[in-house]
Amino acid sequence: MNFFFEVLIGGLLSGIMYALVAIGFVLIYKASGVFNFAQGAMVFFAALTCVGIVDKFGVSMWLAIPLTIVVMVALGLAIEKVVLRPLVNQPEITLFMATIGLAFFIEGLAQLLWGSQVHKLELPIEDVPIGFLMERFNIIVSQFDVTAAAICAVLVTALALLFSKTKVGRALRAVADDHQAALAVGIPLQRIWAIVWSVAGLVALVAGLLWGARNGVQFALTFIALKALPVLILGGFTSVPGAIVGGLIIGASEKLAEVYLGPMVGGGIEGWFPYVLALLFLLVRPEGLFGEKVIRRI
Amino acid sequence: MLYREAGQFKTSYQSDNQIFPIRQDRTAMFALLAVAALAVPLFASPYLLSAILIPFLIFALAALGLNILTGYCGQLSLGTAAFMAVGAYAAFNFVARVPGMPLLVAFILGGLCAAAVGIVFGLPSLRVRGFYLAASTLATQFFVVWCLTKIPYLTNYSSSGVVTVQKMQIFGYSFDSPNSKYVLVLAIVAVMALLAKNMIRSNVGRSWMAVRDMDVAAEVIGFRPLRTKLLAFAVSSFYCGVAGALYAFAYLGTVEPEAYNLDLSFRILFMIIIGGVGSVLGSFLGAAFIVLLPVFLNIAGHGLGLPTSFASNLELMVFGALIIFFLIVEPHGLARLWQVGKEKLRLWPFPH
Amino acid sequence: MDMIQPATGGNGTRAIGPVILDLSHISLAFGGVKALTDISFNVREHEIRAIIGPNGAGKSSMLNVINGVYRPQQGEIALRGQARRNMDCHAAAKAGIARTFQNIALFKGMTVLDNIMTGRNLKMRSNFLMQALYWGPARREEIAHREKAEQIIDFLEIQAIRKTPVGRLPYGLQKRVELGRALAAEPDILLLDEPMAGMNVEEKQDMCRFILDVNDQLGTTIVLIEHDMGVVMDISDRVVVLDYGRKIADGTPDEVRSNEEVIRAYLGAGH
Repeated sequence: MNFFFEVLIGGLLSGIMYALVAIGFVLIYKASGVFNFAQGAMVFFAALTCVGIVDKFGVSMWLAIPLTIVVMVALGLAIEKVVLRPLVNQPEITLFMATIGLAFFIEGLAQLLWGSQVHKLELPIEDVPIGFLMERFNIIVSQFDVTAAAICAVLVTALALLFSKTKVGRALRAVADDHQAALAVGIPLQRIWAIVWSVAGLVALVAGLLWGARNGVQFALTFIALKALPVLILGGFTSVPGAIVGGLIIGASEKLAEVYLGPMVGGGIEGWFPYVLALLFLLVRPEGLFGEKVIRRI
Repeated sequence: MLYREAGQFKTSYQSDNQIFPIRQDRTAMFALLAVAALAVPLFASPYLLSAILIPFLIFALAALGLNILTGYCGQLSLGTAAFMAVGAYAAFNFVARVPGMPLLVAFILGGLCAAAVGIVFGLPSLRVRGFYLAASTLATQFFVVWCLTKIPYLTNYSSSGVVTVQKMQIFGYSFDSPNSKYVLVLAIVAVMALLAKNMIRSNVGRSWMAVRDMDVAAEVIGFRPLRTKLLAFAVSSFYCGVAGALYAFAYLGTVEPEAYNLDLSFRILFMIIIGGVGSVLGSFLGAAFIVLLPVFLNIAGHGLGLPTSFASNLELMVFGALIIFFLIVEPHGLARLWQVGKEKLRLWPFPH
Repeated sequence: MDMIQPATGGNGTRAIGPVILDLSHISLAFGGVKALTDISFNVREHEIRAIIGPNGAGKSSMLNVINGVYRPQQGEIALRGQARRNMDCHAAAKAGIARTFQNIALFKGMTVLDNIMTGRNLKMRSNFLMQALYWGPARREEIAHREKAEQIIDFLEIQAIRKTPVGRLPYGLQKRVELGRALAAEPDILLLDEPMAGMNVEEKQDMCRFILDVNDQLGTTIVLIEHDMGVVMDISDRVVVLDYGRKIADGTPDEVRSNEEVIRAYLGAGH
């Protein structure tokens, strides 16, 4: 029974990390109607830049992180100028394909700048079991995972407040609905997009640091971002709480499936289970748990 | 001056419906085919044949398959490589297990297996569209390839999971040399391209495009969207399956799951984006571009004395940048640029 | 059935036949919004029936119900005497009902000719394999349908633009192409949703001429939503007036024109 809880909690916690990446997607989608396939590449780029700065210039992590934030903001501005502005009002699918191209570009750039070997990322939080849980309940839960969950919770609350309470948040929602209408009422489209992509870059950085500390900063990080897709399908593309719930479900089910179903079929289920789960879910509820139903008028 | 259509009148609907209505186009196409079929195998170097032309043709076929699904029918798919894998594994198994199985029949059966898988994984398209559908095709990609690795029967119980394919033989003639392989692949691809073009200009093609453009109106006219989409999945997967079988038999020489990964799916998607979505010519142009680009980058890299890792990262960046470039500047890809070029050629040497 | 000849003095007005479409007590609601409430009227064969009313009255929804796009929660639809309440739009198309849309539902990626050819879809028999070979029966069928499509193109006077992608055409021509696509199906009942919206006087005259010719020479029954009162009064045989989802008048143009409720709700004193 204890083992089950360990697997479950482990899954939930990795689910929170998936949710972090998914939130980046949701942000951009909510604010610009663009499904940013490059979010994973941005996570990779952020993490790699951070360790790259530490390794190459010998500065401490505390300095590297703000520097990376600057880089990510700059990246957000560049993306807005070069990719989004020329493609205003194109169909969604065109923008999606543009972000696929962007993903490849960022991945290549990251490795070009900082090299393609695996980098180790050291964060001040240790990956050791939480003492009292282990002693009282005999459950092994890593301190690191719990801290990651806490950071995620803080981030999500901040973002939720941003969207619902501030003027900027309202503008973001208007832009997501209709670019041209937003322009027509005077919303500074370009600035909004720059803000959004920079915030998404920040979220990518947090996700990248946490994942990178866990697994090492390597190219496989981009595949974690692909995992965020089933999270979004479950939670709905436009909902931050949905991303969290979706992340928890995906994280937990993936680990449980691997541990309990895996041995029956030779293992390796983790690679496809979340996607198939999402696919089945799509058939039942195409807009996700918290997503908005799309009504088309003829 | 050279490319005028003046004097070429069509007096029957049949002649107007031709694939190449302009006489100069017809002549050019025949000349191209003649060169490709006769001159190239005689004069081209083995490197050119094995490393450039054969993969070009194979990828063009796969790109054509994806174009049918994504370009003409509007169903975005990221699972192309999975369908290729099914075709490869199925063809291998048919040749291995059925004594006396003719090679071409094995390829066709491989394609049919891929088509069946395509229909199953195309069922969500009834309820799901756009990038939700793309996300669900990722399920196809990962699940199918996982299945192929986990079922030992499919690899003939090979211990490493990698099998060497059989030689290609038709009526006892063995296709060993790059020249003979090239001619075989060329023949298959040319025939299938013709079939595709015929479908596209017939009612089937119109049904796909109708569903792509406005599926509610299509239904009102009497098309059946689900059947149309499933047919697109089936035909597209068939083409990808045959391409996959050719990929194994005529190029790699082995059947292995690693060769059919997500990266390949993306490459083929890039081919149709750059070449021209919804265009047979675009599939070929895009495939040529994607096959030749790494070669150029490698040569450029060596010329400048840069390490190979630099070249491969640069390749990623160039791909990505080109995708964005084409989507901004010419969303209809190289095929449209070609068309525009032909328009200008019609007027040449006059400016307008 | 011979396709349409250009109008060179047709053979006079068609005699109006028996009831071909009978709608009784149709009610349609979307969630809490009642689009149509207890609407009953019929359409006779060979007539031109207009549906008029203010915006939001439910006219397009009415057409959508006839055409099978929406299923009414209550009420019966009878086509040629047979009850067809659960008809979906595919069945409606097969039963000989074709339509155009208020916001033009053409296939923007295809040419004019291809769009009209899609209208021939239900009449095509060959399967995709035969079409892939493009030989024999498939080829003959394609040519035969091409000929029919060309007759429609001649009738609608759009020969010059037949190979143009539809997305590039001006609005008025797009509407004409949409009419052509509907005609290609050789329908018994043609539903037109504001076919003249956004057109200038000449374009409207052309469109009127086409509609009258179709009704005259082919006997096609026409159900028409239109806002231009001049057109409605001139060409329709009978008129139904809707307001807030309810029927408020039903009769000949003269009867409707002098109906007080209609004047109050929609026409104003001028007509």
